Amino acid sequence: MYEEVGSTVSVFDRAYDDPVRVLDEDGEVVGDVPDLDDEELVGIYRHMRLARHFDERAVSLQRQGRMGTYPPLSGQEGAQIGSATALAEGDWIVPSYREHGAALVRGLPLKQTLLYWMGHEAGNATPEDVNVFPVAVPIASQVPHATGASWASKLRGTDEVFLCYFGDGATSEGDFHEGVNFAGVFDTPTVFFCNNNQWAISVPRERQTRSATLAQKAEAYGIDGVQVDGMDPLAVYSVTEAAVEKARAPETDRPRPTLIEAIQYRFGAHTTADDPTVYRDEDEVERWKRKDPIPRLEAYLRSEGVLDDERVAEIETLVETRVAEAIEAAESEARPRPEEMFKHAYAELPPELERQYEEFAAFREAHGDEAFLEE
Amino acid sequence: MSETQNLTVVQAVRDGLYTEMREDDDVLVLGQDVGKNGGVFRATEGLFDEFGGDRVVDTPLAESGIVGAAVGMAAMGLRPVPEIQFSGFMYPGFDQIVSHMARFRTRSRGRFNLPMTLRAPYGGGIRAPEHHSESKEAFYAHEAGLKVVIPSTPYDAKGLLAASIRDPDPVIFLEPKLIYRAFRGEVPEEPYTVPIGEATTRREGGDVAVFTYGAMTRPTLEAAESLAEEGIDCEVVDLRTVSPLDREAIVEAFEATGRAVVVHEAPKTGGLAAEITAIIQEESLLYQEAPVKRVAGFDVPYPLYALEDYYLPTAARIEEGITEAVEF
Repeated sequence: MYEEVGSTVSVFDRAYDDPVRVLDEDGEVVGDVPDLDDEELVGIYRHMRLARHFDERAVSLQRQGRMGTYPPLSGQEGAQIGSATALAEGDWIVPSYREHGAALVRGLPLKQTLLYWMGHEAGNATPEDVNVFPVAVPIASQVPHATGASWASKLRGTDEVFLCYFGDGATSEGDFHEGVNFAGVFDTPTVFFCNNNQWAISVPRERQTRSATLAQKAEAYGIDGVQVDGMDPLAVYSVTEAAVEKARAPETDRPRPTLIEAIQYRFGAHTTADDPTVYRDEDEVERWKRKDPIPRLEAYLRSEGVLDDERVAEIETLVETRVAEAIEAAESEARPRPEEMFKHAYAELPPELERQYEEFAAFREAHGDEAFLEE
Repeated sequence: MSETQNLTVVQAVRDGLYTEMREDDDVLVLGQDVGKNGGVFRATEGLFDEFGGDRVVDTPLAESGIVGAAVGMAAMGLRPVPEIQFSGFMYPGFDQIVSHMARFRTRSRGRFNLPMTLRAPYGGGIRAPEHHSESKEAFYAHEAGLKVVIPSTPYDAKGLLAASIRDPDPVIFLEPKLIYRAFRGEVPEEPYTVPIGEATTRREGGDVAVFTYGAMTRPTLEAAESLAEEGIDCEVVDLRTVSPLDREAIVEAFEATGRAVVVHEAPKTGGLAAEITAIIQEESLLYQEAPVKRVAGFDVPYPLYALEDYYLPTAARIEEGITEAVEF
């Protein structure tokens, strides 16, 4: 893909406040449609539908007490699916805690995501062949990891690219600055993908920084920065793909790292513990809902004859089945065994910890599980 | 007798902030989501409307910025009360806490003091996501120049918070979120303080002294009541401040029985229980009738919530610890 130097350069040479767009709110083409075949396009649509349905079910599970606090992603499917789809097989994502959709594209089973938010240790055990870093809850703390991991790829001469996700709030943290600065200095194959969803819990984007855009922060690190309509999955795909290929191709005279600011909106709460009606207007939510990435892509694919009612119905059925199966699988997972707490703290359990475990096991043996449950 | 209100711990915190802000224009609150949102636990609810955006400040998402800016404000004579949303997110601000907040007075040979109170909810038991449940008070207790306060009742929450805000030195004020809304207590409407550095006896008893603080006070009292039925009479001491420790109270309670148990949810190794045990050993060796028993969290990363019940000390585990100390 890198042969298309002309379009790649144009992606990075635009003004910081001129977001890349491919589809407008009605799904009409307003930019260069990326070179994807019909099945790839349907794949993006299907993953977005899957992520949306998963999200709705997850929120409902939390409401029913079947899952703990959960961070919803509705509204952000275009950014997550569009970007993750642009990666090559061996590339990695380095997520924050909301990238269930991106992780899904990378092959993380939905069951894993459910188990994590259900508080099972097993939810943190990503399969060996899934190139997804552990969820990072402390804001921006994963940014330097992405730099280091991609630096390792450069040092070892593998050609893996690392796509790092974080939110608008994260750009205020020291770790963001340090991670992106290192990437610039060591010219690492990293794509920094900012999901600017306008709100860090209750604090609006305008309050995070006086900068007119987040993309322009790239300038200070000497790397490329670009804005994209984050609710336009095809635009997100194009920009990410250009950034990924540039990261992989050191012969170019451009810096390898890129900062992408994907403008989007979270339709729901920060987490199920949050009530956004306290701090934002319903009008604003409705305005952004008109940019919903799913109907946009669907309208485009219908107009191209790639999707029709029958195909959409098939996808709906598939999506419902897959999510239902994942929930069933996660809920029938045995309760984690308490010894899981002690496993993996060290390669080999130190003697004191061994002793603590034995004391714990003896107490459990003598008193049963009810001795651990407060009434 | 002044009027009282029946408040939860988090409401008492809110009331303490409100009262101190009303009393002293130099007091201000800064942190993430403390303004219009009223705090993720509602600890600052209504303060934004009452005192305005200059005194109830939503900051960018940056803990080092929050703590460091509060250091600068405090050095200039304000009394900032920075909030870190969960104690698990204090670490980006840790450099500011240990390198500056703790030692500005020392480093300026007394020219600058830092009358600031860093509040954070801490501790486990609410089925929270990863990094939201740890108890790391020992980090801060280990740092000279800081005071570390942990209330366990609504009355103490308001009084200790007021004392912390008025204190000339920096205070880490850790709020046990498990008991934020677990029960209510009578809290005077008027301003008052509960002195920092003073433990209190929650239950009197002549067989064994049990030291605890924060959210562990309740299961400890439960264990004590249950053991009373078996004829074991526990003295339960709520430390309330873990730095500086109330050495006198610890020694006095211990010497009355020669037996002690310390309960905390923080990991065992290097926890406050070790320090309390050392005090007992230094001061009261000849009174000792049994090894001091520690009932604590394990030395493992805090588990995801499906296992947290196995991590946190429960009344049953505390009972067993007490029985061991008594029967030795």
